[in-house]
Amino acid sequence: MNTEILGVILQWVALVVLCYPLGRYIAKVYKGERTWLDFMAPVEKWIYKLCGIHPEQEMNWKQFLKALLMVNLFWFVWGMVLLVCQGWLPLNPDGNAGQSPDLAFNTCISFMVNCNLQHYSGESGLSYFTQLFVIMLFQFVTAACGMAALAGIMKGLAAKTTKTIGNFWVFLTKSVTRILMPLSLLVGILLVINGTPMSFDGKQTIETLEGSEQVISQGPTAAIVPIKQLGTNGGGYFGTNSSHPLENPNAFTNILECWSILIIPMAMAWAFGFYIRRKKLAGCIFGVMLIAFTIGVCISVPQEMGGNPNIDKMGIAQDLGSMEGKEIRIGSAASAMWGMVTTVTSNGSVNSMHDSQTPLSGMLQMLNMQINCWFGGVGVGWMNYFAFLIIAVFISGLMVGRTPEFLGKKVEAREMKIATMVVLMHPFLILVGTGISSAIAAINPEIGWLNNPSFHGLSEMLYEYTSSAANNGSGFEGLADNTPFWNISTGIALIMGRYFPIVGQVAIAGLLASKKYVPESAGTLKTDTATFSLMTFAVIIIVAALSFFPALALGPIADYLSF
Amino acid sequence: MKNLWISLKITLAMCVLLTVGYVLVLRLTAAVASPNDGEAALVELDGKIVGAANVGQIFTDSIYFWSRPSAVDYNGGGSGGSNKAVTNPEYLAEVEERIDAFLAAHPYLSREDVPSEMVTASGSGLDPDISPRGAEVQIPRVAKARGMSEDEVRRIIDEVTQKPWLGLFGTYKVNVLKLNVALDAAQK
Repeated sequence: MNTEILGVILQWVALVVLCYPLGRYIAKVYKGERTWLDFMAPVEKWIYKLCGIHPEQEMNWKQFLKALLMVNLFWFVWGMVLLVCQGWLPLNPDGNAGQSPDLAFNTCISFMVNCNLQHYSGESGLSYFTQLFVIMLFQFVTAACGMAALAGIMKGLAAKTTKTIGNFWVFLTKSVTRILMPLSLLVGILLVINGTPMSFDGKQTIETLEGSEQVISQGPTAAIVPIKQLGTNGGGYFGTNSSHPLENPNAFTNILECWSILIIPMAMAWAFGFYIRRKKLAGCIFGVMLIAFTIGVCISVPQEMGGNPNIDKMGIAQDLGSMEGKEIRIGSAASAMWGMVTTVTSNGSVNSMHDSQTPLSGMLQMLNMQINCWFGGVGVGWMNYFAFLIIAVFISGLMVGRTPEFLGKKVEAREMKIATMVVLMHPFLILVGTGISSAIAAINPEIGWLNNPSFHGLSEMLYEYTSSAANNGSGFEGLADNTPFWNISTGIALIMGRYFPIVGQVAIAGLLASKKYVPESAGTLKTDTATFSLMTFAVIIIVAALSFFPALALGPIADYLSF
Repeated sequence: MKNLWISLKITLAMCVLLTVGYVLVLRLTAAVASPNDGEAALVELDGKIVGAANVGQIFTDSIYFWSRPSAVDYNGGGSGGSNKAVTNPEYLAEVEERIDAFLAAHPYLSREDVPSEMVTASGSGLDPDISPRGAEVQIPRVAKARGMSEDEVRRIIDEVTQKPWLGLFGTYKVNVLKLNVALDAAQK
């Protein structure tokens, strides 16, 4: 069998098999049960003591959100100051200058919201200091922040009736010490052994075999790549992310890095099941997500391996697939797989240029981000699915004449309103943004934003807002996006796309948690059945996918039909 | 206000934890177990450094195997892809030109022998590899320019060709720099 396809199958199997035990472990961590990483307890105690955190003090959902938003606001200021001042700070052997304020605003927001949209290039736009103490730090703590929000939601839903949903600071700390850091260390060590750079020396200048001069950027790459993947951050160390041969040196590292993107989001579905002791419900949710993800892979992989029909017409050999924007050591199959993995989660790292992928792959990448809940970002992706679940419960409850209940709590008008707003905010941000930018580009054709004409030009703008609102961070990178218009408008989409859903979903969980527990009866709508899973799937397709269909028809679908 | 204070302290605590517990451990691992003390691994010819193993180079001389086209001319300090859409007419014209140029340099080839990878730019612009087929089509040109037999060149390619991971997963690839260095070394 084709070894490229075998590589893709291996990635899929490694994910599905390993996410289950990891999910069980994550549930134990948030419940505070014994795990084999208990030797981290003194470190956590040191952090609590230093920061004046009282781990036993529980918060209600409003206090929880206040803490969450405050720390994010603090990170924003931290990041802005360091990025603008990086030229004067240490660990800058290449002498890179500080970022302009609008670029720093965009960079800071995008890393703070766990999106990692990059309007700069890592080699020249950052120093080693900011790579570590803005980029890497944010990649850890903002992923931990999303996970903490999910932990709070799980705690709220697990209890019969409660006013409190746990301590935000404790969840945040444990996400780093017990989950993200140990896993990153493991992945990082494997990357270092395989030749990903990990040093603090500046660029190397060498004389090539033919005698010209070549400059090679390097640095503490292996520290950033693991958490970029595991925290569904996606912000590459180098400009071209994991297609760069130093960031992703061989087939093994490619499999490892791709696995690292999806493993925690997948495990989160099971963690939820273990936490609230409803494994069947978790299995249903996991099943829907896995099927949707796998369908995408099964379409995109053959598309990329089949090559570019326009190049076929030129009559040359295209047996490796569509190779524009792809690397030989990775291959077209693994590039297509990565494209799906990075967009079902809110990761956004790339190992090939999405702009140059075939139109249907590009469409599926956008669709994954527009739906934004097939696994999703660490923590937050599952929460998006949760909003759809609430809507599905309500709709099917009305359809069959049963009280809409979820996990023994009545779903009422207030929760429904929040869930609906959360769900509709996403298409609003994407479509309005694309509409405005398209109008500007159409009125001023000389503005020079687009790298490709016609339908694909629209796709570039649609992809950019989709990626921002979904906090993904990948891009059709041909778009000239380092301008004040794009930096600021996508910055706004980023903030709205991150905090609006988190606040809404924690609020729903908090509201549900404080309600009286109604034991299951014959009148209860069962949420852990295949029928209900199908219902949720239908709700997601109708609400999310259909809102975007007209835009997709004008972009990638028209592009595809023009072959 | 209390939250702001905790925010500051927890951020600093995380900085310490990650620097000491994570970055430092990785740096030490690199010093012990990485190919070149944590820096990009280098390739030498007669004791002289001629490039980084994982960073592609431009080759134009006919005694060398050529790398793939690059959108950034193999600038190791600023990676980049072309980001051209597969339907972009301007881009397709560029590919057409590259095919003609490749055929002009390899007049013994017919059009359907040209591997698409040799006329399309990689994602990073630094792709260090070509496929075995991409090397195969260049053999007669290189052999002739060097005055070597084609079989001898083919043998060296076979030595340099890397199999998929564990022989099962991924692609077959030929590192262009290592191949050219091996050729130079063989003719010493």
